[in-house]
Amino acid sequence: MLTIDQATRDAIVRHAKKDHPDEACGIVAGPEGSDRPERLVEMVNAAGSPTFYEFDSTELLALYKQMWARDEEPVVIYHSHTATEAYPSRTDIGLASEPNAHYVLVSTREHGNNEGPVEFRSFRILDGEVSEEDVAVVPQL
Amino acid sequence: MAVEVRIPTILRTYTGDQKAVTAEGATLAAVIDDLEANHPGIKERLVENGPTLRRFVNVYVNDEDVRFIGGLEAEVSDGDQVVVLPAVAGG
Repeated sequence: MLTIDQATRDAIVRHAKKDHPDEACGIVAGPEGSDRPERLVEMVNAAGSPTFYEFDSTELLALYKQMWARDEEPVVIYHSHTATEAYPSRTDIGLASEPNAHYVLVSTREHGNNEGPVEFRSFRILDGEVSEEDVAVVPQL
Repeated sequence: MAVEVRIPTILRTYTGDQKAVTAEGATLAAVIDDLEANHPGIKERLVENGPTLRRFVNVYVNDEDVRFIGGLEAEVSDGDQVVVLPAVAGG
């Protein structure tokens, strides 16, 4: 189960809508072992693509060094799908390499950059296996 | 050249759960071979036919992505810090 606060959830959705039609991506860091997604970090999609995302390698290192200095880990790794459902693709599954992370997918296929609901779903991806989990959106963590 | 190699969570199954190990070598290729000698199976996660660094594995020497400094032939000196980070990517 993913427990996330409203403000962080809304910020992820805003990011996805803003970057549509390119895939948006980022993480929410939290204290190691806490399972608390506390600190949103929007990342640049270095691929700049409507069908692929990748963190720039230099920015990735800076992000991880920042987390290590703060005893954090990536609690949520999120990205958006712009024309397909909010479900991990084969590529997503093949490249998922943070076993403890909640993989959040947002789909902007219905409303693009505009107002309107999005699909917001969360998954665990372990050893090539996907399992969907409930998302609890709370006022505050 | 003895260096410290920081290991990402997903590869710690090869290093007995250690998050950092030491290795020897004058190039990244040599360091990886040394890692393999002590932690069998890890090389295949880093290197593919070529030989070349796997596309979605990032390796840094002193904070520089090795792709910009010679890839597997990147030179490594005593005391250098090597970091391995899987790419964060998908479709």
